[in-house]
Amino acid sequence: MFQIQISTSINGDDTEFSCEPDETLLDVLRDRLGMTGSKEGCGTGDCGACSVVVDGRLVCACLMLGAEAQGREIETIEGMADGTELHPLQQKFLDHAALQCGVCTPGFLVAAKSLLERNDNPTEEEVRYWLAGNLCRCTGYDKIVRAVLDTAKDMRKPAKAKKPAARKRVKA
Amino acid sequence: MNFQPGKDTLKREFKTVGTRTPRPDGLDKITGRAQFGADMTAPGMLWGLILRSPHAHARIKSIDTSKAEAVNGVHAVVTSADFGPCPDDVLDVRENVMARGKALYDGHAVAAVAATSRAAAKQALKLIKVDYQVLPHVTDVDEAMKPSAPIINSKLFTKGLEKTPRKPSNVAERFEFGHGDVEAGFEQADLVVERTFKTEATHQGYIEPHACLASMGTDGKGDIWCCTQGHFMVRQVCSALLGMDASALRVTASEIGGGFGGKTTVFIEPVALALSLKANRPVKVVMSRAEVLRASGPTSSTSIDVKIGMKKDGTITAGDATLRYQGGAFPGSAVPYGAMAAFACYDLKAVRAVGYDVIANRPKQAAYRAPGAPMAAYAVESVVDELCRELKLDPLEVRLKNASSDGSKASYGPNFDVIGLRATLEAAKTHPHYRAKLGRNQGRGVACGFWFNFGGETSVSLNVSADGTVGLSVGTPDIGGSRASIGNMAAEELGIPHDKVRCIIADTASLGYNDVTDGSRVTFASGLAAINAARDAIGKMCERAAGLWGIPVDAVTWEDGAARPSSPNAGKHEPLTLADIAAQAGATGGPISGHCEINAEGAGVSFATHLVDTEVDPDTGHVKVLRYTVFQDAGKAIHPSYVEGQFQGGAVQGIGWALNEEYIYGEDGRLQNPGFLDYRIPVASDLPMIDAVIVEVPNPGHPYGVRGVGETSIVPPLAAISNSVSGAAGVRMTELPMSPPRVLKALGRI
Repeated sequence: MFQIQISTSINGDDTEFSCEPDETLLDVLRDRLGMTGSKEGCGTGDCGACSVVVDGRLVCACLMLGAEAQGREIETIEGMADGTELHPLQQKFLDHAALQCGVCTPGFLVAAKSLLERNDNPTEEEVRYWLAGNLCRCTGYDKIVRAVLDTAKDMRKPAKAKKPAARKRVKA
Repeated sequence: MNFQPGKDTLKREFKTVGTRTPRPDGLDKITGRAQFGADMTAPGMLWGLILRSPHAHARIKSIDTSKAEAVNGVHAVVTSADFGPCPDDVLDVRENVMARGKALYDGHAVAAVAATSRAAAKQALKLIKVDYQVLPHVTDVDEAMKPSAPIINSKLFTKGLEKTPRKPSNVAERFEFGHGDVEAGFEQADLVVERTFKTEATHQGYIEPHACLASMGTDGKGDIWCCTQGHFMVRQVCSALLGMDASALRVTASEIGGGFGGKTTVFIEPVALALSLKANRPVKVVMSRAEVLRASGPTSSTSIDVKIGMKKDGTITAGDATLRYQGGAFPGSAVPYGAMAAFACYDLKAVRAVGYDVIANRPKQAAYRAPGAPMAAYAVESVVDELCRELKLDPLEVRLKNASSDGSKASYGPNFDVIGLRATLEAAKTHPHYRAKLGRNQGRGVACGFWFNFGGETSVSLNVSADGTVGLSVGTPDIGGSRASIGNMAAEELGIPHDKVRCIIADTASLGYNDVTDGSRVTFASGLAAINAARDAIGKMCERAAGLWGIPVDAVTWEDGAARPSSPNAGKHEPLTLADIAAQAGATGGPISGHCEINAEGAGVSFATHLVDTEVDPDTGHVKVLRYTVFQDAGKAIHPSYVEGQFQGGAVQGIGWALNEEYIYGEDGRLQNPGFLDYRIPVASDLPMIDAVIVEVPNPGHPYGVRGVGETSIVPPLAAISNSVSGAAGVRMTELPMSPPRVLKALGRI
C-alpha cells in the first residue's frame, strides 16, 4: 500500500512521518514514533486509554487517522511533564495513589488536564462525567476523582495568593 | 532467622509499614514511560494475528493455509498441527490455545500467521480456508446439564458420582462439602426459605489486552516478554507445549495492565512462540478487545439453589446449597471454591454445599478475583437477607449471631484460626452509614464475604549494594502496588528508609520458581519471603560485624539498621550501620545477599462486610448506587492506600457484575457484545465515592500480621446490591445483572 507523508507537531516538536492511509494516529504514535505512553485498550474509542489532545481538543487517538495529523498540534502523555517538572495532576496521582496497574493512567491524566484547562473549579459530578470516557478497572475511580479535585484546588490557590500580593504592591 | 508461625512475636511498632510511601513504579506510570505487554519491540520483529472460529461448536474438517502462506511478507502460519505431543496436565491448554479437530466456542483459535506488517497478516488471515461442519451447541448452564444437550466432549464422564456413569455428559464433576444433619436442622427452623438464582458470566475487564513478544532461536533457546500474573507459569506451560527445556525459555514479565485472575493462564504466548520458531524471527501478538472478550477467560455463568432455615431469634439452623457453574468448553470451573465459600461466614451445625462443574460452548473460564465465591455469596446472602426481612430482624445482628469466629468449624472442613469477620460486622454496626436515613425508592443492603487466601511457592533475593542501598528481586508480578508493600517490609526489617530499597520483578532466570500472582498471596507470601531474606542478610551482616569486632556472632544484635554489641559483656563497639558494613563487604568476605525460598503457609483467611444504598427508578428500572462502604480485615495494612484501593476496586467490579455486566450469547452461540460499548463496565459517573474502612485483626501466620486483601472485596457486593435493590423495589431479585429490563420485569412493569 502507498504511504502518505505527514508533517505535524507532537508535544511541541516538529515531527515528520509516513503512514498508510488506514493507520490510526495511535498506531503511528506507538509503532512508528515509539511513543507507547498512549495505550490501546479497545481500539473503538470506548476506554480512553489512548486519549491525546489535538489542536486543544481531547480525542481518542484510536479514532483518528494518522494522516489527519497533518499540520496539527498534538499533545500526548509524553509531553505532560515540563522537563523534570511534573504537571500538578501527575504529582497528585502519585500522592493520592490514584493508580494501581497504571495502564489507564496516561489517558486519565491527559483527559483530566483537558478538563482543568476548561474548568478550574469542577464539582465532583463534573469530574466524574468528564472522565466517564476513561475506563479504569482497578481503582473504582475514588482516588482518581479525589486526585483531580485536589489538583484543581491547588491550582486555584496560587492565583488567589497572587492577588493580595499584587494589591499590596499597588498600595506601596 | 526464618519466620516460624506461632514462634515469632508480631512486631507492633512500625516505622515504614503502615505509611503511605510513594510507589517505586509511580513515575514511569504517570509519564507514559512504563513498558506494558504491547510496548516492547525487537529487531526483525513480525506481527502475529490469530484466526478464530465464528462457530460455537464445529468440526474442523480441513484447514488450507496455502494461499495465506503465499502472501508477500508472511513468514509463518501455524495450526494445531504445529503443537506436538505434550504432558497430560497441559492437554487442555494446548487445545484451548489452538483448536484440534473441533472448535469449541465462538472465538476459539484455529490458525495463526506472522508477517512483516499487520496489514499483511490481516490479509493472510482472510485467505486461510477452514472447512467447518457446524454442530449443535449449548451455552446455558442448566441447558448443558440436560440429558438431551449436545455433548461437547464424548470422552467426558461425570466424576464424583456414586455410580460410574456409562454415558458421556457435559457435567465434568460433582463435589460435596459440609457437616451435620441438614434435614434435622431444617426441622428446627421457624422459617425456611428456598430460592434459585442465576448469574451471567462477566469478564475480568483488565484495560490492557493480552500481549506478548516471543523470540525462539534454532538453538532451542527462547525468550518471552508478556503481561502475565505469573511468568514462571508462562515458562512452564509454554516450554511443555513446545517440547523445550524449561530453563531454555526465559520469560520476563512486563508491567501488567490489570489481571484480576484473567492473566493466570496462557492464551497467545505459546502461539507466538510457535510462530517465532517457524519464522526464526521475533513475533509480537496483541489481542484486540473483541478477542479478549471472546477468547480469554471470563467467569462462569451460574445457577444456584439455596435453602436456609432460621429460628425466630435469628439463629440459623441449617444451610443447603446446590451450585451449577459452567466453566466454558473445558472442565475446571471455580465451582469447588464456590461450594466451599458459600457458607464460610456462618458457624453452622448443619451445612451442605453440592457443586456441579459443567462444560458449555463458551471460552474456558479463568480465575476472576475470589473465583467462584461472589456468585455463591450472592445466593446465600440473598436468602439470609430474605429471612431477616421476613422475621423482621436486623441483618447485621443476625450475622453477628451466626458469624464464624476464632476456632469455628468452617463449612468446608477445617477450623478457623484467628479471623476478623466479627470485627468487620461491629465496625459496620457503629458506622454512620448504617444509621443514615433512606428516601423513597431507596434501599440498604448488607452482605458478608469470605476468601481463603493463599501462600504458595515463593523465591526472593535481596542484594546489599556497597553504598548501603538494597535491590530486592521478587518473582510475583505487581498488579496493584505490591512492589511498594514488599519493599517497605524489607526496609522495615532492615531498619533503613524505604527509598533505600528498590523492589523489582525479576525474570525467570534470575530467581527460583514463583507461583503466579493469585490467591491474594503476593503481599503475604512475597512479603514474608522478603522479610526472611532481610533476616538472612542481617544474619550475614552481624557475622561481618562480629568479625570486625573480634567477638562471637551471638554477641551481635541488629537494631535500627545497625549491628550492635548485644550486651555490655560483648565489649564497647560503635554500632556499624548497614551502609558501614556494606562499604567493607569486599574486605570482609564478599557481596552480601539475603535469600528466601519458601512454600508459604498460614496465609490467613479474609472476611469483609459491605453496606450499600441504592435507588431504583421505577419508570426506567435504572439502579443508582448512592453510598457504598467496605469493611474488611487486612490483618495489617502494609500500605493503607493500596489496601483501600483493593477494597474500592473490588467493590466496583462487584457493582458492575451486579448491575451491568454480562455475556450475551445469541441463538447462534456467538457472543453479541464483544466490546466495551456493549459489555459495559462501571464508569466514573456511575459511582459514588467508595468508603474503605480497614479493620486489622493480625494474621498469626505472618510476622507483621498481613492477610491478603485483593480478592475478598468482590465477594459481598453482588449480594449487598441485590439486597439493597430488593429492599428498594419491594421484590426479591434473583438474577444478575440487575439491568433495567430485569428490574422492570421484577417490578411487573414489562
